[in-house]
Amino acid sequence: MNDALIHVRNLVKHFPVYSRGVLLKKEIGVVHAVDNISFDIMKRETFGLVGESGCGKTTAARLILNLIEPTSGEVFFQGENVFEKFKSASKEEKLGLRRKMQLIFQNPYGSLDPRMTVFDLISEPFIIHKHVPKEEWKERVYKLLSLVGLEEYHAERYPHEFSGGQRQRICIARALAVEPKFLIADEPVSSLDVSIRAQILNLLDELQKQIGLTYLYISHDLSSVRQISQRVAVMYLGEIVELANTDDLFENPLHPYTNALIQAVPIPDPKTKRMRIILPGEVPSPINPPTGCRFQPRCPYAKQCPKEAPKLADVGNGHLVACHRAY
Amino acid sequence: MPESILTVEGLKTYFFTEAGVVQAVDGISFNLRKGESLGLVGESGSGKTVSALSVLRIVPRPGKIIEGKIEFNGHNLLKKTEEEMRKIRGNEIAIIFQDPSSSLNPVYTIETQLKDVITAHQTQPREQAREKVMELLKLVGIPDPETRMMEYPHQFSGGMKQRVAIARALALEPKLLFADEPTTNLDVTIQAQVLGLLNDLKKKLGMSLVMISHDMGIIAEMTARIVVLYAGRVCEIARTNDLFEQPRHPYTAALLEAVPRLDMRKTLQVIPGNIPNLIEPPSGCRFHPRCEYSQDICAKKVPTLEQVGPDHFVACHMWQKITLKGERASHE
Repeated sequence: MNDALIHVRNLVKHFPVYSRGVLLKKEIGVVHAVDNISFDIMKRETFGLVGESGCGKTTAARLILNLIEPTSGEVFFQGENVFEKFKSASKEEKLGLRRKMQLIFQNPYGSLDPRMTVFDLISEPFIIHKHVPKEEWKERVYKLLSLVGLEEYHAERYPHEFSGGQRQRICIARALAVEPKFLIADEPVSSLDVSIRAQILNLLDELQKQIGLTYLYISHDLSSVRQISQRVAVMYLGEIVELANTDDLFENPLHPYTNALIQAVPIPDPKTKRMRIILPGEVPSPINPPTGCRFQPRCPYAKQCPKEAPKLADVGNGHLVACHRAY
Repeated sequence: MPESILTVEGLKTYFFTEAGVVQAVDGISFNLRKGESLGLVGESGSGKTVSALSVLRIVPRPGKIIEGKIEFNGHNLLKKTEEEMRKIRGNEIAIIFQDPSSSLNPVYTIETQLKDVITAHQTQPREQAREKVMELLKLVGIPDPETRMMEYPHQFSGGMKQRVAIARALALEPKLLFADEPTTNLDVTIQAQVLGLLNDLKKKLGMSLVMISHDMGIIAEMTARIVVLYAGRVCEIARTNDLFEQPRHPYTAALLEAVPRLDMRKTLQVIPGNIPNLIEPPSGCRFHPRCEYSQDICAKKVPTLEQVGPDHFVACHMWQKITLKGERASHE
């Protein structure tokens, strides 16, 4: 296996919750958005991060990019400590690091300025990072457009003239304009139509092969995660409960939550009949998460589990799971 | 064969916008049998929601039903007066929408909202309605209904709100329920709860169900028969098993190949191009610009629905000349 591009170590993010009022604002609780997660992302790998809404997957992505400050923990990018670098480094160095890590969002309608042409949108990173001389802008923009499957004449148009799928292509081109090594895709196909999703998933796959990108693919849609990722981590209430190779995880899930999550996804084949475990209740509030195993209140097997929280441990083959029953 | 509860024939619903006339639903026909679960599948703009709204005659302006026939239990709904329609809505046909937060009124308690539905249609004192509300909330699996019914929608989670919306739709025991993407906003584990609930209730109350979704997985699981829509027209109607095993319309086949599956990794086949603009839809077959089997005739003539097997209809000029790979055939 080739070496890791990203190391995430004991990453924690807590958001304090305050009571109402201006003068007597008191901290009344803490949202445990991300609670002590660690994982590595290998070079040229697609690492999937799945979980239901509120499990902390987007917060994790924002922490890795240092868009928000972590409460504690470290992220290393190519061996460099990202947080320390952002604290101490000069402006140029920070920009240099930003260039290597990019992000595409779920909603391609909200992430493009409606008053800029596609050419302006894609060349804007050139202004910020100054890595392309002005004479070459045109050539580079055209190259990026063809890379994401758009035509040269699209450069003069405005975002509203494009469909959702095309807009997502523009967002991808814009992210690629700075020649990143690492791309975080946060639900990149969730707002697109089913017939368009395949186009974008295949595009991401091709780009990875062509320019050797590394992805962190975040989604709640397990089918697309299975399609695109090599390894997958499952999050529940701010913690990673299971991490394994994609096929391993989907064919042999060890954590009851992963299993329930997989069983809950309807399969487009009427002949597949499955044993569905319907989880009772809902995800508890991350303000006062259950002590010990956080999944325990909804877990069908939790009757005899010890009180302390299970640790994420390797059960062989790089398959990590945090469940008392699994080891 | 059980008789039809709903027959839609040649329904056309257009939207008269400033930019032009949007032909959102353009000659859709299908029927629904008593006690059946029918799926309406399509992407955004395929006309699935507008079809449902047309049946209930609640198409928002500037939309208008231009022509067609909607027969429910032997009555043509398009001939009914507004007063008569009011009695049918809720009482006989109900609908659940995608977003439960916007379909519940934030300033009234759950109890008030459910009571309103009951007392608007039935002449019973509000005290008795309270009993009924409690019963309904219990039916849809809301724990501790006595206290929860006095709360407001914002105190409920998404899944719980959708349960309330279902309870409201079922309050008057309708014969026909439209579920328009009822779980799209919900997490998968909650989605499983809500789909399970809908299935149970359908059996318990003997309703007919029209399930509207873009998710082939949900449709496969919930329905017995499927109507595939594309750009405001019907492409294919078939029993669920037949449709997944042997799709006859190139669009259906392509759609099945384009959807990632949880139980296998496969090469996703891309459908080129985009969903057409319905102000100036493509001539002839609306799918022809994106269809790999397209011939001259496809751009000239609108295909009609032809029967290709028991309960299997397809609207494609080329269906006899092409063999489509089914989802299964290509992997086994």
